Amino acid sequence: MIWNETKECMSRDEMQALQGARLVKLVDRVYHNVAYYRKKMQAVGLEPGDIRGLEDLPKLPFTTKDDLRDTYPFGMFAVPNSQIVRIHASSGTTGKATVVGYTRRDIDVWSECVARCITMAGMGREDIIQVAYGYGLFTGGLGGHYGAEKMGATVVPMSTGNTKKLITMMIDFGVTGILCTPSYLMHIAETIDEMGVRDKIRLKASLNGAEPWTEKMRRRIEEMLGIQAHDIYGLSEIMGPGVATDCRLHRGLHIHEDHFLPEIVDRESFRPVEDGVAGELVISTLTKEGIPLIRYRTKDLTSIDHTPCECGRTTARIARFTGRSDDMLIIRGVNVFPSQIEAALLEMGGTTPHYLMIVDRVNNLDTLQVQVEVEERFFSDEIRELENLTRKIEHVIQQAIGLAVKVKLVEPKALERSMGKAVHVIDNRKFE
Amino acid sequence: MFVKQLSVFMENREGRLEQAAEVLKNQGINILSLSMADTMEYGMLRLVVSDPELAKSALRENGFSAMLTDVLAVKLEDQVGELYKLTHVLRTKGLNIEYMYALATSRQRAIIVKASDGKAAADAVQEGGLELYGNEELCC
Repeated sequence: MIWNETKECMSRDEMQALQGARLVKLVDRVYHNVAYYRKKMQAVGLEPGDIRGLEDLPKLPFTTKDDLRDTYPFGMFAVPNSQIVRIHASSGTTGKATVVGYTRRDIDVWSECVARCITMAGMGREDIIQVAYGYGLFTGGLGGHYGAEKMGATVVPMSTGNTKKLITMMIDFGVTGILCTPSYLMHIAETIDEMGVRDKIRLKASLNGAEPWTEKMRRRIEEMLGIQAHDIYGLSEIMGPGVATDCRLHRGLHIHEDHFLPEIVDRESFRPVEDGVAGELVISTLTKEGIPLIRYRTKDLTSIDHTPCECGRTTARIARFTGRSDDMLIIRGVNVFPSQIEAALLEMGGTTPHYLMIVDRVNNLDTLQVQVEVEERFFSDEIRELENLTRKIEHVIQQAIGLAVKVKLVEPKALERSMGKAVHVIDNRKFE
Repeated sequence: MFVKQLSVFMENREGRLEQAAEVLKNQGINILSLSMADTMEYGMLRLVVSDPELAKSALRENGFSAMLTDVLAVKLEDQVGELYKLTHVLRTKGLNIEYMYALATSRQRAIIVKASDGKAAADAVQEGGLELYGNEELCC
């Protein structure tokens, strides 16, 4: 089944014509409604009239997370707040959140895109779907929820947390589909085995995203649960989950090109590269009203394939992501930058002590440990004082990144310094 | 009145205590008493040594986190009721004991005490008829 054959199966010519027309309108809209974009364009001598079609896209400047931070909170919005019906936010590099706003039509487009993804995963109106992403400022919960409702499925808004209750309901309601992070689904699968209820589960498909995973891990989930597992990609700046998903053939993720214009650019020259060549994914939001973004650098590394897929869709497919071009970590679906830890430690007074973040995956749940060197100004001969210090650092970091963290005090100079530059992250997760 | 205690932060890993002991040995520093407090992840080594300043700087140069802390060394006789005498005096003054450990050499017998208020504890102990070792008396 294809949710929107008109849009998902267009010929390349038709798609490019549509994208070109929408790009011209987008540029005109941001130039006249977002002062920040107008200045950015004027700075490089561009006027809306200079963008006449897709071929002019490379002339436009990139947009980054820094731009969103500089205009915090609503500076990039292209419509008056009276037209914004929803706000979502994700963590930023300096503790300030990245804020995005949606008009009613944006929510409709988002729901449409998620509905396409869920259909791509082989689900339909007759399915009962649990949304086990967190509901709240994070786009996962509500994004998945609206899309599943739009498609007409029966939605069970589980959110995250009580895994046994989730499984009980999965059995009692006859749940057939689930949306959650891949690591959480692994955890659910293991809990199902522990409870010995595998034969009572009617699950047939899942959509998993919001954190990095591998093809191997996807297959493992499929085997453990006897389902089809699909990768769903998205980021709040662009919309949330539902920007792209893999069809039953699992040959890359179909990106909804009529709404999100993808480019892959070279990591150093930032020039567009050809199909099959790895680079950074850059997206222009062709139809977004609330916070339209031009050439947004996702920092996600992948390649693209514009050839039609055997599933019938003609939308371009992006390959499974190979990493990021910045130092952002995704821990339990939360974006974490080492600079946030640094800023939090700075709050402890004076200079930043040396620290090391160790990310691991225990029982399929991500853990974050931060090792902090005990400096003289922190040092005490009393264990109680040191324990208080540990709790205080944990609290400060937790406030900054919104994730539970375990702090371990280590001896001075215990943390490795290489090439004069301290190593700040060790990621032991295997993503398998 | 106070005795300088050497406090060393130690990670819970193999050979670390040996390395600290080696540093002290190489500097010709004698250990009169020690206590080791441990948690899941690290330990706190507390020592009374023959030359606290030298010990501290030597350990720091070798990558240890070391500091000096003022503690009381209360002289105790080898007889029943001595610990009670000390704790009674501190309790009646409303003082709390952070930690304590014993010191016994061929010449000296004492309890090393860190109290919530060091100065008040020193006064209380002396008023209560107990004696304190000074740094020189103990270390040299």
